[in-house]
Amino acid sequence: MDSGNTAWVLASAALVAFMTPGLAFFYGGMVRAKNVLGMLMQNVIAMGVISVIWVVLGFSLAFGGDSKWFGSFDLAFLEGLGTADAALPGYAGDFALSIPVLAFVAYQMMFAVITPALITGATADRLKFTAYVVFISIWSIVVYSTVAHWVFSPNGWLFNEGALDFAGGAVVHINAGAAALALVLLLGKRRGWPNEAMPPHSLPLTLLGTGILWFGWFGFNAGSALGANGLAAQALLNTHLAAAAAMIGWLIVEKLMAGHATTLGAASGAVAGLVAITPCAGFVGGMAPLVIGFVAGVVCYLALKIKFRFGFDDSLDVIAVHLVGGLLGSIMLGFFADTSVNALGFDGVFFGGGFELLKDQVVASVAVLVFSFVVSLVIGLAIKATIGLRVSDEDEMVGLDQSLHAETAYGRLDA
Amino acid sequence: MKLVTAIVKPYKLDDVKDALKGVGVQGMTVVEARGFGRQGGHTETYRGAEYKVDLVPKSRIDLVVDDDQVDAVVEAISASARTGKIGDGKIWITDVGRVVRIRTGEEGGDAV
Repeated sequence: MDSGNTAWVLASAALVAFMTPGLAFFYGGMVRAKNVLGMLMQNVIAMGVISVIWVVLGFSLAFGGDSKWFGSFDLAFLEGLGTADAALPGYAGDFALSIPVLAFVAYQMMFAVITPALITGATADRLKFTAYVVFISIWSIVVYSTVAHWVFSPNGWLFNEGALDFAGGAVVHINAGAAALALVLLLGKRRGWPNEAMPPHSLPLTLLGTGILWFGWFGFNAGSALGANGLAAQALLNTHLAAAAAMIGWLIVEKLMAGHATTLGAASGAVAGLVAITPCAGFVGGMAPLVIGFVAGVVCYLALKIKFRFGFDDSLDVIAVHLVGGLLGSIMLGFFADTSVNALGFDGVFFGGGFELLKDQVVASVAVLVFSFVVSLVIGLAIKATIGLRVSDEDEMVGLDQSLHAETAYGRLDA
Repeated sequence: MKLVTAIVKPYKLDDVKDALKGVGVQGMTVVEARGFGRQGGHTETYRGAEYKVDLVPKSRIDLVVDDDQVDAVVEAISASARTGKIGDGKIWITDVGRVVRIRTGEEGGDAV
């Protein structure tokens, strides 16, 4: 047990917990004023519901047992984890924890909370609150815990294939992005999209949320070192540099293609870079984060066109930023991974490792994408057939704040 | 008595207000308004998608003045609000039947 490591992971848990309200503001500013509370509520409820699910069952299904496919029920209700000699299956040898298991439980809980909340950007303005709560509850147990087991647990099959995911490029971003795509296809477009303008009602809120996300992301990525050490420092620096380079990349293409460098572009670019560096943060070094970030900024901007090309209403671009950004980061890791940064990783194409890691990264990305998409589609269809996914046309026109929550965000409703 | 209504660019409001005080106007009502004329709105871009914004922000000024003040008031507003570019706004004048000052009950010119 190491007190310095424990202190850093506890602080990181708090940093990651702060990201969910940050995400709420990031998205909340982008919707119309009549839907901002609906958006904030969908994010904040994840802090309530998923936290409970996590200690009751989710953690056990993610990190319990010796199976490579699924966790176990052994650790449900955190059974036996509060003792000083508690240990987790698979976390031995090189992967032995130097922190209390409960610190790890709390830290991973914050990941479980924010991941389904990422979906809310895609389904904005029309997904029923109750349907959302039912969806993320089932999804967290069936999809999130399973994917976390595959990728994060040293017993998981993708972990043992040799796929790398430092802080959740696949587990968090590809996973949530694929689920978002499935739900958007089931939900249909917002009334009036894409002909009617639906501009953000408060970009200052969005920028505030971006700042909170960026700040919290240091806990997300550098905390994943699970220690207060050189690797955490490397991950923290990588995180910041990727966000910076991605902001620049996004703004350059935006200026060239659309004529203006925008506030929303700066915010979106930074988040795209943070997403892309997430799987890479503790496996790359040198100037790699600048390249990874810049590429993410440019490609995620170009990916905004996908929804118009195929006609699905991913309202706040979760697919372009999180799914595409997560895929980019996971794949680029196959090129930039460097064992001189982290001996527990593997060398990528540019560091003499050949194509082995790249292949594993592709396998992991595709496996997570397909699993999450298919299971999300099934869960979504079941909800659609029972309680329904979508609010009524009238409720949608009035806005979710009034129709679902009987509240108004601001003094007047003119947007 | 006349009601003078002017629609001006919001950032010109302070200049207009000062100019009106300069010609002896003692009160006015200002409303933040939205609208379009021949300017026809403007374009905004969010994540590369362009939106046409028809209704652009304007300031609407209402003031009631004596008949012999109207020309000076119109001139003051025109001169202070004009940029020479499209979207400078409009002024219109309406006859007013009756004006009452609530506190004193005065009517007509005394009430203004």
